[in-house]
Amino acid sequence: MSEQPPFEAAVYADGSITYPAHPRGPDGSEPVSTVDLSEYTATVITWTTSYATPPGVREPNHIAIVEFDVDGEPVRALGQVTTGNVEIGQTVQPVYAEELREPGAGIREPASQSWDGYRFEPIE
Amino acid sequence: MERVAIIGAAMTQFGQRDAWVRELLAEAGAACLENSGVKAEALDHLYVSNMASGEFEGQTGIPNALAHDLAALPAYTARIDQTSSSGGAGVYAAWQSIASGASEMTMLVGGEKMTHRSTAEATDVIASLTHPVEYKQGVTLPSFAGLTARLYLDTYDAPRESLGKVAVKNHKNGVDNPHAQFQKEVDLETVMESPVVADPLRLYDFCPITDGSAALLLCPESVAKEYTDSYVTIEGIGGATDTHVVHERADPTTMGGVVDSSEIAYEMADMDPDDIDVAELHDMFTILEFLQSEDLGFFEKGKGWKAIEDGVTDRDGELPINTSGGLKSKGHPLGASGVAQVYEIYQQLTGNAGPRQVDANVGLACNVGGFGNCVTTTIMEAN
Repeated sequence: MSEQPPFEAAVYADGSITYPAHPRGPDGSEPVSTVDLSEYTATVITWTTSYATPPGVREPNHIAIVEFDVDGEPVRALGQVTTGNVEIGQTVQPVYAEELREPGAGIREPASQSWDGYRFEPIE
Repeated sequence: MERVAIIGAAMTQFGQRDAWVRELLAEAGAACLENSGVKAEALDHLYVSNMASGEFEGQTGIPNALAHDLAALPAYTARIDQTSSSGGAGVYAAWQSIASGASEMTMLVGGEKMTHRSTAEATDVIASLTHPVEYKQGVTLPSFAGLTARLYLDTYDAPRESLGKVAVKNHKNGVDNPHAQFQKEVDLETVMESPVVADPLRLYDFCPITDGSAALLLCPESVAKEYTDSYVTIEGIGGATDTHVVHERADPTTMGGVVDSSEIAYEMADMDPDDIDVAELHDMFTILEFLQSEDLGFFEKGKGWKAIEDGVTDRDGELPINTSGGLKSKGHPLGASGVAQVYEIYQQLTGNAGPRQVDANVGLACNVGGFGNCVTTTIMEAN
């Protein structure tokens, strides 16, 4: 069984956090540390179920935008949801998946990015 | 700075075409030159707005090809890619070329060939604009629309039917546009019972996949008078960029690029939203017409849906929106769309919109790339 990588967000000098990390944060400063979002739960901001998915993507594809509260600092992420039975305001937890989408099935060069990551599972 | 005038405009039939991108661009470009009485050798600059001819068709170098095909050599050429807002970005580049004095006659041609690809393939080409953390989750532009529509309806207590009425209105407008992909009305029941594509949005909430091209001719106003008495001027234009990663926006129902680009355009034009008589908005998805109409300042935040319920944005309403049928009915050949929006405003302001004609002296076009990632807003006035 492979080791689960972190769900890594970047922390910047002004305390703001982004997922994904950027070379410069919202205020133009460099990241000073990281935080593993897999250790937190999040709240569903909105969600959809997509029935017209591109090559290599599960169908239907449940997707949500969620917000983590990292010690008072909000940070948002987008990801697949494990079920279509989800609601705005619901609490979810990150669940690791080795392959979110089939590499090479779509237009993106398979070696140009990672294909594993986190889905969100409703817990309340 | 001298005013920049638009002295000619043309567009091809939008829809499923046998022609490939090179042929589509040449068709619109040649028609634009012919309509306006400008010879190809008069062109100093020639821009092509296009998102993905290499990815869709394996044809790159299209500005050079177009210049050769139209005998426009040795005009300076460049391709403008800003995804779905390539057309608007092309208008900005063409305006800059004239306003700066670098060119005295610039033609902009926008075009895309898409329908030879399956819906899944075309959707993936468009989705390739997303960040890797978005792309690997299988997100598509339609799914961004579903996410945003759900939040909008929930936040502002808007009825789902109000989105359907955008489709009904724009299809009705498209009936009178001979260049539109769909020249057929749809009723609300058909929209509301069509297949779910990205919950809560259904098939008729989405624009089609389209082939097509559109062209504009721009020059200084002093030169315009040598060719025609009927032209429009660009009174204000603004471009702006929002986050690449969509979920990093504080409010997904606000398109920051629309807010920022329109503020620049209004200030340049010394106008405000009340001065706009007619507008073409980027209704790639029905929800986008609400968001843009609010972020352009036409309506209060969260009230855009009431405008369609009250008929304000109908062709005979106080502020007609998408008299062309919009992307929804006219079609959305990516690089052509922003150019075709300006084509419609040009027709309206020069009194040549035929059965679509409204009473308008000032018009606005708002072209959006990605899911609000890049935006150009252009304000035009009849001369």
